[in-house]
Amino acid sequence: MTSDSVPIHLQSVGKTFADGTRALEPLQLDIAAGETLVLLGPSGCGKTTLLRIIAGLETPDAGGRVLFGDTDVSALPIERRNVGMVFQSYALFPNMNVAENIGYGLRVRSVDLTNREKKINELLALVQLEGYGERRIDQLSGGQRQRVALARALAVRPRALLLDEPLTALDAKLREQLRADIDRLLRSLSITSVYVTHDQSEAMALGDRVAVMESGRIAQIGTPREIYFRPRTAFVADFIGTMNRMRLAPGAAESLFRPEDTRVVAAGEAQFSGTIVSVFFLGDHTRLMVDCGSSQLLTVETTDRREFRQGEPLHLAVAREALLLL
Amino acid sequence: MRRGARFWLQLGFTVFVCLFLVVPVVMSVLAGVTENFFIGAKSGLTLRWIGEVWSLYANTVYLSIGIAVACLAVTLLLGVPAAYALARTQNRWARAFEELLVLPVAVPGLATALALILMYGQLRGFRASWTFILVGHVLFTLPFMVRSVLAVIDLQTLEDAAASLGASFRQRFFQVILPNAKPGILAGSLMVVTLSMGEFNITWMLHTPLTQTLPVGLADSYASMRLEIGSAYTIVFFFMIVPLLVALQFISDRVGQNK
Repeated sequence: MTSDSVPIHLQSVGKTFADGTRALEPLQLDIAAGETLVLLGPSGCGKTTLLRIIAGLETPDAGGRVLFGDTDVSALPIERRNVGMVFQSYALFPNMNVAENIGYGLRVRSVDLTNREKKINELLALVQLEGYGERRIDQLSGGQRQRVALARALAVRPRALLLDEPLTALDAKLREQLRADIDRLLRSLSITSVYVTHDQSEAMALGDRVAVMESGRIAQIGTPREIYFRPRTAFVADFIGTMNRMRLAPGAAESLFRPEDTRVVAAGEAQFSGTIVSVFFLGDHTRLMVDCGSSQLLTVETTDRREFRQGEPLHLAVAREALLLL
Repeated sequence: MRRGARFWLQLGFTVFVCLFLVVPVVMSVLAGVTENFFIGAKSGLTLRWIGEVWSLYANTVYLSIGIAVACLAVTLLLGVPAAYALARTQNRWARAFEELLVLPVAVPGLATALALILMYGQLRGFRASWTFILVGHVLFTLPFMVRSVLAVIDLQTLEDAAASLGASFRQRFFQVILPNAKPGILAGSLMVVTLSMGEFNITWMLHTPLTQTLPVGLADSYASMRLEIGSAYTIVFFFMIVPLLVALQFISDRVGQNK
């Protein structure tokens, strides 16, 4: 199955709600054809509003433009944009069975029954639900429902796929599995996708690029590696993973570094020292909370197999290239 | 297990309350099928009074059914779109409108009827026709339809999903919204029919001798016929309203389970 993916361009797209709340500051955003862009941020940061504007469920403030390729779609309602949407609540039609749900977009396009059935079977195979066509929606598990929703969205060969927290309603194990399924689908179809989530591990795993959003602005946009290793603001640094902050010399600016970059060393090599406050043995590594005299406890992750004890003194060092100054 | 005095006291009280409620019903039904109620059942049982009721009041039964059906049609046409619009609109005008809609239920029916007569009483043809009563019934039952449908019609995400698949407003409304709001619409419909059948207050003010509904006919028979006929008439009413009530209960159970 091929897709008719387009690049998406947003120009000065902002959103102020009727009650005056500024949900989105005017922003520029270019999404390449076939790219998966993840919008990541805490609730209320504007990521869902941005997605709904791309979908056509919300209109941007005056002056904002949404382009699919060279076509200005700003004035088109969602039903004429040819986008696929996947919702957190699945939004499957309870009055239709699995096959009818998947075929609904084709039905409203008046595709004849034979072609519709052929396409439905193709999609059931794609999401590994062969033989489930006649099932009612309430006979499916959460993971199966979301796969039907994906198939339904893909059936109409959308120009872009828009996913609004598709895994949030699922339990942890299922979430990981479906995340892998979605990843496989997005790669194999190379469809332009915008994926909204508040879960940073989802964002890292799925995104070609990640846009971290904070109160209606894009705080940083880049590949997952850039976002993780080179956060540009303190907000991004803290939102993605865990970040330690500490003054390494009196009067110096605060340095930021990751728990896994903090090494346990011999007393002679120590850049700083502290006392272990708590120990969490997690199997593949041990997480230590260390009091080094600064306002926050440091988090240290070590794969050292020895047993650490509360109250034990600890000597630590961080490689120069792992230090960040923001 | 030995049961204490407390148990027997409670049982006695429960039986007493049940009898208090059930005996009048039994007496009333008995009165409708007894040859002569003052002599008692030994005068013999008969369906004569029911036949009598039918020859005297059959037209009130037809009119009540007719008005209930018309009322249902009007509340469906007005109420379902209104509920949809109210579910979609989240401002205070919509909420105020919702409250306003319920007013005819809170205001005594006599007052509503009086207002209608003051306003439209001069329109002779309208005043004398059954549609005048229909207007009163619609005012009274519409909030019940709107409320029932409102409870299930918040299908915003389903509608968004349908729209994203290319469905026009018409397609969304008829293929997604209506079928999924069906339990609410059904519950509302039964409510409207039941209320319209039994409505007395408004109807009593609005009716003319030629537009008597069943409950108004009942009042008439109680006032001017022999007791056996009034009671037989009550039986007729029972047979019409009880199946509706049972269906109403059945459907609201089903809706409750689906939640």
